[in-house]
Amino acid sequence: MMATPNGKNNSKVPTSSNMNPKVYRAEYAVCGELSIKAEKLKSDLVNGVSHPFKRVVSCNMGNPQGLNQKPITFFRQVASLVEYPDLLKDENIELTLKLYPSDAISRAKFLLEHVGSIGAYPHSQGIPHIRENVAKFISERDGYPADPANIFMTQGSSAGVHLTLQMIVEHPNVGIMIPIPQYPLYIATLSILDTKPVPYYLDESKDWGLTLIELQRSYDEAVKEGIETRALVIINPGNPTGQCLTEESMREIIGFCRRNKVILLADEVYQTNVYQPNLHPFHSFKKVLKSMGPEYEGQELISYHSISKGMIGECGRRGGYFECEGLDPSILEQIYKISSISLPNVQGQIMVDLMVNPPKEGDPSYEQYKKEYDDIYVSLCNRAEKLWGAFNTLEGCTCNPADGAMYLFPRVRLPQGAIAAAKKKGKTPDQFYCMAMLEATGVCVVAGSGFGQVQDTAHFRSTFLPQPELFDDICSGIKAFHAEFMDKYRDYSRL
Amino acid sequence: MNQQVREAQYAVRGELAIRSEELKNELVVGAKLPFKRVVGCNIGNPQALDQKPITFFRQVASLCEYPDLLKDENAEATARLFPSDAIARAKLLLKNIGSVGAYSHSQGIPHIRANVAKFISERDGHPADASKIYLTQGASAGVQLTLQMIVENSKVGIMIPIPQYPLYTATLAVLNAKAVPYYLDESKGWGLTAEELQRSYDDAAKKGVDTRALVIINPGNPTGQCLTEDNMREIIGFCSRNKVILLADEVYQTNIYQPKERPFHSFKKVLKSMGHSYNGFELISYHSISKGMVGECGRRGGYFECEGLCESVMEQIYKISSISLCPNVQGQIMVDLMVNPPKKDDPSYAQYKKEYDDIYFSLIKRSQLLVDTFNSLEGCTCNPADGAMYLFPQIRLPKRAIEAAKAAGKEPDHFYCMAMLEATGVCMVAGSGFGQVEGTAHFRSTFLPQPELFDGFCTGIRKFHSDFMNKYKD
Repeated sequence: MMATPNGKNNSKVPTSSNMNPKVYRAEYAVCGELSIKAEKLKSDLVNGVSHPFKRVVSCNMGNPQGLNQKPITFFRQVASLVEYPDLLKDENIELTLKLYPSDAISRAKFLLEHVGSIGAYPHSQGIPHIRENVAKFISERDGYPADPANIFMTQGSSAGVHLTLQMIVEHPNVGIMIPIPQYPLYIATLSILDTKPVPYYLDESKDWGLTLIELQRSYDEAVKEGIETRALVIINPGNPTGQCLTEESMREIIGFCRRNKVILLADEVYQTNVYQPNLHPFHSFKKVLKSMGPEYEGQELISYHSISKGMIGECGRRGGYFECEGLDPSILEQIYKISSISLPNVQGQIMVDLMVNPPKEGDPSYEQYKKEYDDIYVSLCNRAEKLWGAFNTLEGCTCNPADGAMYLFPRVRLPQGAIAAAKKKGKTPDQFYCMAMLEATGVCVVAGSGFGQVQDTAHFRSTFLPQPELFDDICSGIKAFHAEFMDKYRDYSRL
Repeated sequence: MNQQVREAQYAVRGELAIRSEELKNELVVGAKLPFKRVVGCNIGNPQALDQKPITFFRQVASLCEYPDLLKDENAEATARLFPSDAIARAKLLLKNIGSVGAYSHSQGIPHIRANVAKFISERDGHPADASKIYLTQGASAGVQLTLQMIVENSKVGIMIPIPQYPLYTATLAVLNAKAVPYYLDESKGWGLTAEELQRSYDDAAKKGVDTRALVIINPGNPTGQCLTEDNMREIIGFCSRNKVILLADEVYQTNIYQPKERPFHSFKKVLKSMGHSYNGFELISYHSISKGMVGECGRRGGYFECEGLCESVMEQIYKISSISLCPNVQGQIMVDLMVNPPKKDDPSYAQYKKEYDDIYFSLIKRSQLLVDTFNSLEGCTCNPADGAMYLFPQIRLPKRAIEAAKAAGKEPDHFYCMAMLEATGVCMVAGSGFGQVEGTAHFRSTFLPQPELFDGFCTGIRKFHSDFMNKYKD
């Protein structure tokens, strides 16, 4: 085929070499090689192929309902009614009452009055009634008012993070501070936006604590490299690390942002996954900022929340919101404009409404709601404890407890032999270890290298979400695998 | 802030739409305005204008939300509220999905992709491969993802029709890529010629633009035309010769109002019918649950099908999809229902067919009423809609109106539309938001408002237009 006027040759458009290089470079370990292999093993088992395990257990994603966590009944009842409003008609109401409680019925009616049809495009910023309820929730949580005009509904907090980072990144020398370890959405997004991650390290020896000194070090080094740092991402409670910040630490962080003129981006999606509420409670950055008084008026903050986590776990629905504080009105207009190109789905918005405005004491569904919520919560605490206990028994392995979120992030100290074998295969040691774990036990975790870590350390992230009944098997499987792995690669030359 | 984001424009929800929201709120609090209600003719949003959803689809969705309804102890009550085929479909879907609250496979639930592949092969008579199909949060999300892949650097050009749906220019602005415009011919029913495509491509090449893709919207938006098979073969030939990937936005494929004279052909079908010499031709085709008779815009669902793309790019598409985890599951379920609706002899078939046909014939009728109204306005001409949901009339405004617009810092058609909104409560989108031949003025109107409102609506527009023309008479 002849070359075209532009001199193109026979190659396709696009190919891996002429596509968007920023997209090509981006990585997202949570759904990477291990996850793809786990899918393959799953279909193998379905097709009768033999493996040393009976089932594949996905401990790689915070996907509670994918591991049989039950949804909150009241929420699904309301969602079901708004899907099919005929159920609310007078002629059907008698039958409907046999299947749905009266408060679910009245909530559905109320929502439909404000929403119309869930099949219609909503307001670009999100349904006004729901944003008002979000504002109400925030003010009750914090003791400081919130304005629905500053709230944007999203298709999950990931979409909100993407949108706001896109706004902020003016050119390739803009830096965004991110924690190491971090949730890989951030590095992947910065890669696609072709901008500089400015890493600050959490301290594993201090329960993944965060110090002002480290923030300032990170910022100053970026300055030396000519990077213009514009934002600081904090994940609180942390992912993968699970720690909850103290109020004091949070005040320091806000002070840091103020001094260095960076906008604070607070990823707070795990705010209800808090397992030591007396010792390490959750504080929102909005509350702490407001409590610091008029001197901090105008400090820019965006806070993100989601329906995917907590006890709700409605990941597949894709819903969430972010709240803006101290942003210039012209920027809010721009956020509005970009939001209107791709609107958040209505059922996701409805689930946000239910999340921030669940059954109250005295409501017919309250007892059941409270029981379901508490059962999940207590079960998460128990499973976190069990798995943490198991990890700490493994040779060379140490694991900080989870104050919050859904993950454990143990550190493994692998023998030289394993590190060498990994290098030979072109893998990081923890990727190599995790693949071996998957092939031996069917348990899929995510290698620590996907989250970032101090150089020459190895970690993996595991959720503690699998059903309680599976836990004993999972723990014993991992123990057996780990012992074999350590033996296999044990460094006898040092004896 | 990001300058490309700042420059992006999306007229469909721009100033006119924002003003119409304000007017709506004013009416709610009892303000006296020259109209009783605001009518949104700016967005293809059927269910906001009281189009009823398809009953069977909502029944299945409702059951999937609350699987307790499917338990044995509830079977009797459920069977009295839901038909048996909806119950069976919900059971089958939940078996393949698990929970609608769980993250699904990033590419979309395999069972549903298999049904999409089946739909495509039955529609076209050529096989489709589920592994080349991606479910998305509406076609817009698919367009944004794939354009992002293709745009390697700021020299990359993407050919777009003028007039076009502003998602494209907005996305290209954010990606800092070059829009390479080709003009549809208003005097020929918004037809598209290979010569114009080549002119557009060559002009761009002279400016150092590296054109990589051609976007075709078929049926067109805002223009509503359906391409002939001949035309489509020409277009494929053009793409092949110039080495551009074809991006076929086919979301209006079931909004076809002259199915005998101007039927819909998918680009996939036409490509496959062109035989082996076109093996390896690259095509991405987009579809959505937002349009057609389904109109489930608020649910955000759709898919794209890839043809001829290389393996490494398919892997990259998977990777990018996985960063947003998955498209929402109810949106995926609606795709399944759209491509696999009740069949003849199913208990719900008669009702489904009636609802579908009622909406269809009503759309045809409304389209006709509105095109006649527009053609009756002084200085206004309007091509009929072969497809989609819009009319795109051309208005020839008096010089003094154009000057008044300029003085207000607005495009003439924007000025006209704002005046129409303030006088009648009807919200359109100005033609300048879609692109048009320089020196012309247009506006885009849906024909979606409820039939009962139509007569009042047409009368209001006629009156406004003649008042406007008189006011600014030369």
